[in-house]
Amino acid sequence: MVAHSRLHVPKTPARPGDAPDFSYLKLSAAGKLARPDTAVPAAETRHLSEGLVRVLDEGHRAVGPWNPHLDAQELQVALRHMLVTRVFDDRMQRIQRSGKISFYMRSYGEEAVSVAMAMALRPSDMLFPSYRNQGIYFVRGRPVLDLMCQLLSNTRDMCKGRQLPVMYHWRDGNIFSISGNLATQFPQAVGWAMAAAIKGQDTIAASWIGEGSSAEADFHHALLFASVYKAPVILCVVNNQWAISTFQGHAGGERQTFAARGPGYGIAGVRVDGNDFLAVYAVTQWAAERARTGRGPTLIEHVTYRAAAHSTSDDPARYRPKDDYQGFPLGDPVERLKNHLIGLDEWSEERHQALTKELEEHIAASWKEAVRYGTLTDPPRLDPGLMFEDVFKEMPEHLRRQAAEMREETGGK
Amino acid sequence: MAQMNMIQALNSAMDIMLGQDPSVVVLGEDIGYFGGVFRVTDGLQRKYGESRVLDTPISEGGILAAAIGMAVNGLRPVAEIQFADYIYPAYDQIVSELARIRYRSAGEFSAPVTVRTPCGGGIRGGQTHSQSPEALFAHVAGLKVVMPSNPYDAKGLLISAIEDDDPVIYFEPKRIYNGPFDGDPHKPAVPWSTHAKGEVPDGHFTVPIGKAEITRPGRDLTIVTYGTMVHVSEAAARNLGLDAEIIDVRTMVPLDTDTICSSVARTGRCVVVHEATRFAGLGAELSATIQEQCFWTLKAPILRVAGWDTPYPHAFEWEYFPGQARVAKALKAVMEAS
Repeated sequence: MVAHSRLHVPKTPARPGDAPDFSYLKLSAAGKLARPDTAVPAAETRHLSEGLVRVLDEGHRAVGPWNPHLDAQELQVALRHMLVTRVFDDRMQRIQRSGKISFYMRSYGEEAVSVAMAMALRPSDMLFPSYRNQGIYFVRGRPVLDLMCQLLSNTRDMCKGRQLPVMYHWRDGNIFSISGNLATQFPQAVGWAMAAAIKGQDTIAASWIGEGSSAEADFHHALLFASVYKAPVILCVVNNQWAISTFQGHAGGERQTFAARGPGYGIAGVRVDGNDFLAVYAVTQWAAERARTGRGPTLIEHVTYRAAAHSTSDDPARYRPKDDYQGFPLGDPVERLKNHLIGLDEWSEERHQALTKELEEHIAASWKEAVRYGTLTDPPRLDPGLMFEDVFKEMPEHLRRQAAEMREETGGK
Repeated sequence: MAQMNMIQALNSAMDIMLGQDPSVVVLGEDIGYFGGVFRVTDGLQRKYGESRVLDTPISEGGILAAAIGMAVNGLRPVAEIQFADYIYPAYDQIVSELARIRYRSAGEFSAPVTVRTPCGGGIRGGQTHSQSPEALFAHVAGLKVVMPSNPYDAKGLLISAIEDDDPVIYFEPKRIYNGPFDGDPHKPAVPWSTHAKGEVPDGHFTVPIGKAEITRPGRDLTIVTYGTMVHVSEAAARNLGLDAEIIDVRTMVPLDTDTICSSVARTGRCVVVHEATRFAGLGAELSATIQEQCFWTLKAPILRVAGWDTPYPHAFEWEYFPGQARVAKALKAVMEAS
């Protein structure tokens, strides 16, 4: 036998027609992983980057050293934010199907990641989201009406008609503009955090990308600069197992965790159950304290599952089992927090149904109001002249001329 | 006033801005302790400290992304890309991010980053240290693009760029860092002290972005050019005994079409000269714009002089470089057309 090289192509565990198979996922029992001091050297976080921080156990009890000990009222607020995210997503998905908006992306199954992180950070901390982090807007109090107007590109669109749906931004809420080009925000968050350190502020930055887009050079630039300058930043890989149709093994997750790249770069790495609100909250608190006290950045891998299609232009039945999510061992983040609260006797199915109904009504009413400000197809419409503004701070002569040409072409409208 | 070469003028601009504005930071490869491979940032780290004059990893994409994040957090970063040839790993951050942050956030966010980068050939740099990629940036909506041709403009334009609230891509023609160059590599080097524009004020002053300059008034024809080729074009016209009006474009975006087109309307003849490759280069935009506005006063077709459409070849540098012979041929052709 002559030894020779063979191209290794990562295997996808289950395709349509197969039974869901998550045997590849390394799990730790809730409460099992130690919680080191936030000043621990990055090299001593390997166990955190290879294990899985979990707080909620099989019986929905909060256990172990990572339990953040939140009071019931805070947990109810969290559940509300997660639920409004889900109800909003569902409604916008159906509205896209009816043709009123051009495109939508749900965060179904990943709500805990955004909500827990935004709640654990300070409002003054700067967030550099990807396109599946809508929960952060609800936590920071942006009215759903404003998000709807963006989706509609209508006269109250924060983006003035220039961006695809879901590419929000919010300066006053300290949430950066979403690009649509994957991963670009990751190293920008590091630059923002470097500036905070240069200026001596105690604010920190956080950013999220999918495990799929962690394959972009920007991911590596971010980790490198964060490591070199010990930037006060929390970098998150949201490992939802799927990059459109491509399984996470193709992004490099087959033989080692994404969090393990943290210690590889000399920064702390933590792998967390992304569907466990309490665990995400606790890990964020840990990383934030670390960043705020000059101990540098943390790479967090959120293990979760993209329960929805990638976007409204995608049909996951073509590349993964229809019932894949039902087999996912980390369950559903909303159900888990709900059951935890019920176990504490601080919630009930009745209250949950009532809250769901209240939120659905609120969103339906907001939608009625939003369409009054116009849709992509129905008036009132934004002035198309807005396309020439904000290219530069002051409009240069060539754009003035083109704006005038456009007016002439469209009959002065 | 002081005698400065372009390196000293650029250094002075950053020195002044670092001194007067605590939000200004300078970052790049080898720019701190060492002072830059061309010495443009020499002494700045000693004066302003390691966190304001920042040595970075060899990571152009990372440098640009970090600069953008810093700018969003209120700083005014001046990022150096060591050679324009190395800028491509940062292209996505420049084109998709830097250029569009103000636009896509409807003015809520902006990123006033200045990207300084040495460009152009004539230094035996081969295909990875000689390129002139300005057209790749001039084509992108949302970027201002600048290239000075002398120490005075270098300083005044760099201060303007740093003070500008929009991103500026600032090209430095490195062949003329130390002195003007007429295109003849066999002549002894000439220092900037021989040139009027080597006189540079010590303090703060600006040269406005968006304004071309008539560096030599003339009546026979208009030469529209920038960077190193301003000096090559002047020499070529002088040696032909032509009374050429020479326009140093200085800012490619936004382009000063008024100065350019009113000159061509007077002279009726025009040659556009740049060092970058010809096809779809800035010369195409310049000659199309001039033709659209000046067609009825033109006495001859507008000609372009440029680098050949090949990579920049190491051993054939002076056959590649658009020197006086290539410029002179175009000038004669334009003058001879009836």
